[in-house]
Amino acid sequence: MTILAKYTKLREHYHRIAGAGRDPFTVKFDAMLSPTEGMLNGRRTILLGTNNYLGLTFDQSCIDKGVEALKSFGTGTTGSRIANGSYDGHAALERELAAFYGRESCMVFTTGYQANLGIISTLVGKDDLLFLDSDSHASIYDAAKMTPAQVIRFRHNDPEDLNKRLRRVADHPGNKLVVVEGIYSMLGDVAPLKEFAQVKRENGVYLLVDEAHSMGVLGETGRGLAQEVGVEDDVDFIVGTFSKSLGAVGGFCVSDLPDFDVMRVACRPYMFTASLPPSVIATCLRSLERLQEEPGLRHKLMANSKRLYDGLRNLGFQVGPDVNPIVAVSLPSIELAITFWNRLLEEGLYLNLALPPATPNSQSLLRTSVSAAHTTKQIDTAIELFAKVARQLGVQPALVQTAAE
Amino acid sequence: MTTDVNDIVETIIAALVKTLPTPVTVTTETSITRDLGLDSLAVMDFVMVLEDQFDVSIPMERIAEVETIGDLARTISELRGHA
Repeated sequence: MTILAKYTKLREHYHRIAGAGRDPFTVKFDAMLSPTEGMLNGRRTILLGTNNYLGLTFDQSCIDKGVEALKSFGTGTTGSRIANGSYDGHAALERELAAFYGRESCMVFTTGYQANLGIISTLVGKDDLLFLDSDSHASIYDAAKMTPAQVIRFRHNDPEDLNKRLRRVADHPGNKLVVVEGIYSMLGDVAPLKEFAQVKRENGVYLLVDEAHSMGVLGETGRGLAQEVGVEDDVDFIVGTFSKSLGAVGGFCVSDLPDFDVMRVACRPYMFTASLPPSVIATCLRSLERLQEEPGLRHKLMANSKRLYDGLRNLGFQVGPDVNPIVAVSLPSIELAITFWNRLLEEGLYLNLALPPATPNSQSLLRTSVSAAHTTKQIDTAIELFAKVARQLGVQPALVQTAAE
Repeated sequence: MTTDVNDIVETIIAALVKTLPTPVTVTTETSITRDLGLDSLAVMDFVMVLEDQFDVSIPMERIAEVETIGDLARTISELRGHA
């Protein structure tokens, strides 16, 4: 019995998945040809699972800014924000993000995961209550584990259920924080944020929205779901990431709360980790500008998303409830999902295999994420490959749909 | 064990039998994660059903302390007592 013995079951589960073909957890690209194409085992492969929503990873102006910063400021800050890790660029990016969202304050984190982990776990203290949607991202669940606050889950995307749970503790004197996401990362479903905002107002609680998958995707200027449905005034904290629409890595939180800056000396996942390299900050500053300069990227993204969503649905596949850049096909068994995923990869289409327990309702998902940089032809090829593999495997999508429901 | 807790145990078992894919004999001593084959997420989802039945919210950190059906019943009883 080694210290790793507790993971025996997990290891067996992993080997079963990896043993069925390629190991989905260690797919390695030899080269990236563009935001939407990579080389995998000597084969050109369409990338349909990278969250690269605006396709800015190869934007020349972003690359130029990154190279410039790399030359001027070096490869890394080699320190945390509160020690030696804040350069002009970090402060500038915080100013620009605050301006983009029309908010007073912004804090930049080294990853999106740390942004959720740090902000949520620091906002609520031992006398407070934290309310989570049951389909929350792992970073939100991990924040819940770190906080001494009481943590209460409510049913996914169910404002009435949240309301009921808030009413149960109406007399509790502590502060209450509700956390929801704009677009959920597995199925691409959208939170009923207008209704959540109403529950928030009626109960006098704080509301945090994680716009990781909706920044640059939803809203008139790309600020996300809160902007799209006109409830930004009800949202006290917006958390987001640089690793999706902005094409890099990092995370942030914006807020209008007075004295928000005290978080800089209270929030441990902000304080005790090295800050982002100046080159990453520089590419993010530029990609945030690109996001604002070119609303056409967002329109192309949504057109591509609709094309893929409709195409797969018309084949008879069961897709998520909303048309979004995340299009997930639900298959009736883990085994079929693994086989299907392997066959698509052999055909030159990369997407994400998402399996329980990381998925809602223990679904087995082929999860795609669409980019503005995809050509119409690439989207159509993806749909054709889904149809081809289904035929080869003798899977009738319409029957799959019935079985999965 | 008090009558209240016994009643709660019965309600939990009745609800649980409906949820489980295969029939299992469940008692006060049954370990929720080990004997029922439920992963942590399934346990939390089942707890939501109980929260509605007993009109009580069970914080996640309290769920983490629960091992057996009896533990869960005592936790619910305590939380109801405070309500």
